[in-house]
Amino acid sequence: MPKRIVAGIRNIGHRVIDGVWRLGVASRFFLLVLFKSGTSLRRFNLVIRELYFTGVLSLIIIVVSGLFVGMVLGLQGYETLQKYGSESAVGTLVALSLVRELGPVVAALLFASRAGSAITAEIGLMKATEQLSAMSMMAVDPVARVVAPRFWSGVISMPLLAAIFSVMGVFGGYLVTVVFIGVDEGTFWSQMQDAVDFRFDIMNGFIKSCYFGVAVTAIAVFEGYDAPPTAEGVSGATTRTVVTSSLAILGLDFILTAFMFRGVS
Amino acid sequence: MQRTTMDLWVGLFVVMGIAALMILSLKVGNLNVYNPSQSYVISGNFENIGGLKVRAPVKSAGVVVGRVTDIQFSTQTYDAVVTMNMDSRYLFPKDTFASILTSGLLGEQYIGLAAGGDEAMLKDGDKIMKTNSAMVLEELIGRFLFNKAAEDDSK
Repeated sequence: MPKRIVAGIRNIGHRVIDGVWRLGVASRFFLLVLFKSGTSLRRFNLVIRELYFTGVLSLIIIVVSGLFVGMVLGLQGYETLQKYGSESAVGTLVALSLVRELGPVVAALLFASRAGSAITAEIGLMKATEQLSAMSMMAVDPVARVVAPRFWSGVISMPLLAAIFSVMGVFGGYLVTVVFIGVDEGTFWSQMQDAVDFRFDIMNGFIKSCYFGVAVTAIAVFEGYDAPPTAEGVSGATTRTVVTSSLAILGLDFILTAFMFRGVS
Repeated sequence: MQRTTMDLWVGLFVVMGIAALMILSLKVGNLNVYNPSQSYVISGNFENIGGLKVRAPVKSAGVVVGRVTDIQFSTQTYDAVVTMNMDSRYLFPKDTFASILTSGLLGEQYIGLAAGGDEAMLKDGDKIMKTNSAMVLEELIGRFLFNKAAEDDSK
């Protein structure tokens, strides 16, 4: 019996050491990417090409989901606020929840599953087909040539996508409450503008989405670069990217919110 | 894909993103209403601030002229010291009257300024002397009942 307990404890220790080791490798890889991103910033065409794949091709899902999230928020908010006779505050509700939370978080979750998984799969497959080794044999650094442009394209496109998501959400809320239900247009906008502060709400949301962009793409490129060079390995890495970055987004969101909105209401 | 088409799409995407940020700050937010870069700070002592919060608006004649930046409790006077950041476009006389008001029945509380007639204007760091505290519902009802009782007695 004590033997089994010792084995169990040893198992826990093994997992913890493994996890810490992997985290260390990931952090060192992240620093390496930052260190070697000079080339990709000088040859900005590489980043533009990746911006097309991560940013432009994610636009449709971001726009459509933003619109629907805003419409649902408008409907639900109206249903609840109407009970208290303050349906004019529905604009405030929609705008604040989108700008502060839903815009950055939902856009980042969608971005992780739309673009993050694609980045992982692409880099992982390049590794599995030995394209990365071929590159380093030709004295082309794969981290500078393949990984860094993808990382920076994600960092740039994430805040823009989050802003587009929030705007589409506010438009969706406007569509449902003002156009369909018939809340007064003037009060909808004026109450919203009264409540949403530029520095406090919009800038904090923007900063949040920048953090999420860094986190999601750093996880995606690391998982791709670290993937075992087999078909199974790449598929596992892609799954891990989505799971880890979703958890990272939600955890980071709580920490950032606690720092930004603590003690002020 | 052709280089030029790709550049076009990425350019469109970036322009859209920046436009979205602009819309958020101008249409959804209140960047155009209040510019905190040019401002002066005044303060006032209130007996009771009710539900006033930091960042609540300071209004005069319904126009937002500043924001509450800090609320402290003073142990010298045992009342609340409210610090306000005022837009430097709007200057108020020294004997301006500040009161804590509520917008609507359930709305948020704000500070309403009623200008006085003094020649001298409030400067950075000045203190508003005439203040009126927030209406507290219990006190209001208490006063109403007291008046009612007094009326009944006099009959």
